[in-house]
Amino acid sequence: MRVADLKTMAEQESAALAVFRARLLVCYSAPCLAAGADAVREALEKEVAGRGLAADVQLVSTGCLGPCSRGPMVTVSQPGQADAVYEKVTPETAVAILDHHASQGPPADGFRMSPENPFLTRQMRVALANCGLIDPERIEDYIARGGYGGLAHALHELDPSEVCFEIKHSGLRGRGGGGYPTGLKWNLVRKAPGAKKYVVANGDEGDPGAYMDRTLMESDPHRVLEGMAIAGYAVGAEQGFIYVRGEYPVAAQRLDKAIKAAERLGLLGSRVLESNFNFRIDIRIGAGAFVCGEETALMASIMGLRGQPVPRPPYPAQKGLWGCPTLINNVETFGNVPDIVSKGSDWYAASGTPKCRGTKVFALCGQVENTGLVEVPMGMTLREIVYDLGGGIPGGRAFKAVQTGGPSGGCIPASHLDTPVDYEGLQQLGSIMGSGGFIVMDDRSCMVDVARFFMEFCLDESCGKCVPCRAGTVQMHRILTRITQGKAGPDDLEKLEALCEMVRDSSLCGLGQAAPNPVLSTLRWFRDEYEAHIHEKRCPAGVCRLTPSEGGER
Amino acid sequence: MSIETPTPESHPGGDPRYKLVDRALKRFQYRQDALIEVLHLSQETFGYLGEALLTYVARALKLPPSHVYGVATFYHFFTLKPKGEHNCIVCMGTACYVKRAGEVVEALEGEFGVKAGHTTEDGKLSVSIARCLGNCSLAPLLVVDGEVLGHETPESTLAKVRAAVGKEQAE
Repeated sequence: MRVADLKTMAEQESAALAVFRARLLVCYSAPCLAAGADAVREALEKEVAGRGLAADVQLVSTGCLGPCSRGPMVTVSQPGQADAVYEKVTPETAVAILDHHASQGPPADGFRMSPENPFLTRQMRVALANCGLIDPERIEDYIARGGYGGLAHALHELDPSEVCFEIKHSGLRGRGGGGYPTGLKWNLVRKAPGAKKYVVANGDEGDPGAYMDRTLMESDPHRVLEGMAIAGYAVGAEQGFIYVRGEYPVAAQRLDKAIKAAERLGLLGSRVLESNFNFRIDIRIGAGAFVCGEETALMASIMGLRGQPVPRPPYPAQKGLWGCPTLINNVETFGNVPDIVSKGSDWYAASGTPKCRGTKVFALCGQVENTGLVEVPMGMTLREIVYDLGGGIPGGRAFKAVQTGGPSGGCIPASHLDTPVDYEGLQQLGSIMGSGGFIVMDDRSCMVDVARFFMEFCLDESCGKCVPCRAGTVQMHRILTRITQGKAGPDDLEKLEALCEMVRDSSLCGLGQAAPNPVLSTLRWFRDEYEAHIHEKRCPAGVCRLTPSEGGER
Repeated sequence: MSIETPTPESHPGGDPRYKLVDRALKRFQYRQDALIEVLHLSQETFGYLGEALLTYVARALKLPPSHVYGVATFYHFFTLKPKGEHNCIVCMGTACYVKRAGEVVEALEGEFGVKAGHTTEDGKLSVSIARCLGNCSLAPLLVVDGEVLGHETPESTLAKVRAAVGKEQAE
């Protein structure tokens, strides 16, 4: 396929879609399916066939649209009109919606999500731009929306150093949580000597409560592939790996299908878009190890070894897979790349804050009215995310904390809700941006119990290579368990703090270094809760069952 | 329909399932770095990774058995023991935990007399805990025999798991 063919295909596809009077996009992702999206689609199919509307109305099964707690979602797209989004659709309302949009029936406004709903208006969708609006299994849908245009532009109009410059200039930083400037990393790999180089997409989304990478891989797989191919061209790699978490079989299937479709059209494989650039992508399925989100452990896993990290330096950019320079970025980072290249770095750099450009996807969940996936410009405050997009706490309860960054992050109290979200802002509060988990807790959550929960996670997921992490997490977990059981002594807090510092300073990789974060941040903001457990033998939130006894171990 | 333990004798003489393993080995050209992929496929075929199967894979890839065993035990996904006929996975990700998935697990453990991560003595039911299934808006979430169920309470969970296990007995 040539660049001209790509353009023709996009035009043809758009023309083919313009024929339909209405396109009904049924969200077919797991939350909507569990809410009954299947029955909705069935009812629509029957109705469309029964009325002989097949030539006027198109039914599409899409990936995730975002407002997951309001599913099943149906979006109606009509030429010349703004998209109408319907929530909590049942088979009956689906027919009413069809009536209104295809047969001039009365409007079904009762089920329509208001176009002014902040959940829709406050978002800025870059990585998620196509999610919920295209059929993820059709490459044509992606191309019709400008897909692979970034790759075509890079291959035919820019040289590799210019691509790296664009990325650097855009201010994009690693969306996996580290926040390392992506352009710098690309340049390091580009300049690293070596005949063979690799590109790796990290889709091992292990943080509990985070699912943006899954959504992106399931709902818009080609965007990730295009981002990887652009990276391959920029750094001089011919082989890419996408490491998908074992818990996400659908993502792996869709990526597999997407790779094959792209290869068939000459958008991956040999001589991509008739240029001299070759790029292959292989999928590697993870096998359930949180530590594999760490880049050196992930590379070990790709090479068929136990996923244990190794000390850095040498960084993967110098010595990665099989000793060759390797570029590792998160799936969401790659998801931003195609638009940066096709629309220009200035466009991307215009959003966000001076230090953190662009957008970030958050998985909004926990005790909040609207759960789901949101992509917001950097610099939006936590309060806006919780109350405007999230719609506040259900049942009129009080907000207590928001947990970001999973087991490596921390809890942020109500007094700091006006902090703008960016890497540094969250770090100052003792948390991290992380991959984008955003869990809201109300007054029924006990912070000590939450810290114990995360410590149990880290203790279980510690790979066992270095002693501070392997033994330290066990000791910290013991103390936390004692506290939640009401068996802790007055000096336990001091011991806990000392252990936290030791594990943080002396662990080999990010897992251990960040494992004390949930404890440190809850100690910092909710120390009174720890003290109530220890001195008064009571749990302020009423979660822990305290059974004081004489100095029992565990 | 219990799963037989693969024995060294069952290959190449009888067990056709080894053919699927062979096919995977060939597809990856017996490359040692494809070990995890081969183990994935082997577990899919046999349901679990028995000792004989691990030995077989080790020989085929010319890897020390200790290395294969080390990899198989490192990852949570691989299981060296047969699973129960029915399985119930309870998600214990943060969102589910905050929405009290712990109570669901306690209810299951109490009702069926099995600790999470284990199988009942009669081999009917395995209860396990997942780190996060990435469907946090459905919290608390469980998967019973491959079916995703959201917004669960201890009572609704027990009813559904009882139904799944009971179905077999009624037949």
